[in-house]
Amino acid sequence: MSLVIDDLTVTVGDRRVVDGLSLDVPDGARVGLIGESGSGKSMTTLAVLGLLPDGARATGSIRLDGRELLGASERELAGLRGRVVGTVFQDPRTALDPVVTVGRQIAEPLRLHGRVGRRDARARAVAAAAEVGLPDPETVVDLYPHQLSGGQRQRVGIAMALINRPGLVLADEPTTALDVTTQAEVLALFQRLVDEQRTSLLFVTHDLAVLSRITDHAAVLSHGRVVERGPVEQLLHRPEHEVTRGLVEATRATTWRAS
Amino acid sequence: MRRGAFVRELLRRPQGAFGVGWLTLIVLSALISRFWTPLDPFDTDPYSAWLTPSFGHPFGTDSVGRDIFSYVFAATGTTVVVAVASGVVATVVGVGLAALGSLTARWVRESVAVLIDVLVAFPTLLIAMALAAAFGGSLTVVVVAVGVGYGVTIARVSRSEIRQVARTDYVLAARANGLGTGAVLRRHVLPNIAPVVVVQLSLSMATSVLAEAGLSFLGYGAPADTASWGRLLSDLQKFIGVHPGSVVWPGLAITLTVLALNLLGDAVRDASDPRLRSRRTGRGTPGSPSTPAPSTAPPRATAPGAAGTPTTPGVVS
Repeated sequence: MSLVIDDLTVTVGDRRVVDGLSLDVPDGARVGLIGESGSGKSMTTLAVLGLLPDGARATGSIRLDGRELLGASERELAGLRGRVVGTVFQDPRTALDPVVTVGRQIAEPLRLHGRVGRRDARARAVAAAAEVGLPDPETVVDLYPHQLSGGQRQRVGIAMALINRPGLVLADEPTTALDVTTQAEVLALFQRLVDEQRTSLLFVTHDLAVLSRITDHAAVLSHGRVVERGPVEQLLHRPEHEVTRGLVEATRATTWRAS
Repeated sequence: MRRGAFVRELLRRPQGAFGVGWLTLIVLSALISRFWTPLDPFDTDPYSAWLTPSFGHPFGTDSVGRDIFSYVFAATGTTVVVAVASGVVATVVGVGLAALGSLTARWVRESVAVLIDVLVAFPTLLIAMALAAAFGGSLTVVVVAVGVGYGVTIARVSRSEIRQVARTDYVLAARANGLGTGAVLRRHVLPNIAPVVVVQLSLSMATSVLAEAGLSFLGYGAPADTASWGRLLSDLQKFIGVHPGSVVWPGLAITLTVLALNLLGDAVRDASDPRLRSRRTGRGTPGSPSTPAPSTAPPRATAPGAAGTPTTPGVVS
């Protein structure tokens, strides 16, 4: 499934948080969107979902397989969210409902879009939990989020995003809140699932090292504008823009410290 | 949530056990008193006025010879009807207003917020008395006044709770899964604010019991042919100097019921929040949830592995 963002501008009040952003995610491709915090990355994913906060306005064009999403009705967008477009959020500590069991959360998109009964939904949740490598899936689906570790919770988030086999996955810094070891595991899992399901991926992060492991192409975002784009290898080894260079430096520093 | 786990958690707490126990007694009395009371609570007999408690009259009799126990017993019906009806009205009004005041378009939610603030300023008991003066004293007046009056309080508290929940990542995630406002409210917002609403609900039921008693005491509540603790209290307190013992019974009934409702509210809140539970309640933990360690022996005295209870119940990592 292809995503074409063309000249997207998001304004909050009179501030332009995203300024004329254009980005292509061809069918089956993995594209990264990288930038410092506050560069407009998250706003871009929210704009694709049609879930911009109150007071934010988007202009330009966002097309999913040729279908215009900006200005589409809430009903039409709700039908796409969780079915055609899956989303993984940044912080697994807050992105899961504390009072709903893990299994019911994993199955939520399924029950909503698929007219699946309670028992089927549970079985599918167990299967999905096994697929993302959660230990003892039969038991884990009856637990509450606080009974899982951070990495496990993010696996739940991934299972939830992928349960309807979406054509496009939006990942908003899915590994940022995790420690380095867990990060590597979750990334490997992510990579495997995206490969298996041949889904298109828009991966948002501020970490070039993470990006280089999962996407081929990326755009560098700064103050709402794309300042550089190209293959990740090229961004990593021959950065042209100073923002990219800054991100490369930051990556080197953390990698060095980590090793 | 598994229902069995919730009930277990509730009864494990002394407040919950007392609340459930006392209120069960009251509800059973209310049901039974529809068909049977030991003596007719309205049967007067001047020759047996002010009898002291005895086997035939466990609470004694009043100034006109009515059996106080039968009257208190019969009045449980009034209390239950008023408490439940006010509770339902208060919850519907409260959560409804709160949802309108937080999840709708900006101008709607802000007008509703102002409306809530204005309504909160109205004193519930005075409204009830004004309504009773206009329409005559009846239980409906009590239910409407307390239900709406307390509903507004519930609305104010739950509105800020809903707004807090609506800003969370998990609600954003739910919307990203395609849930509309109604489904988000039902599946994520209400379960998360339920503990707060339940506490408020129990308070509103307690208030309604007090309000009914108070209004009946003042002559604005239950009509004369309806047994009511407040009315009995008012009848008996005229003679408090001569027969102070009699007033105790309706007073005790009111106090214990209000106390039971308040304690039950706290216990339900604690028991319904999985994060406040002391033990893991998922399946596959053999023996751990329902079998408390034998009270005679300290846990560490048991043979290792005999209990089969994992030592770290919370986090699986």
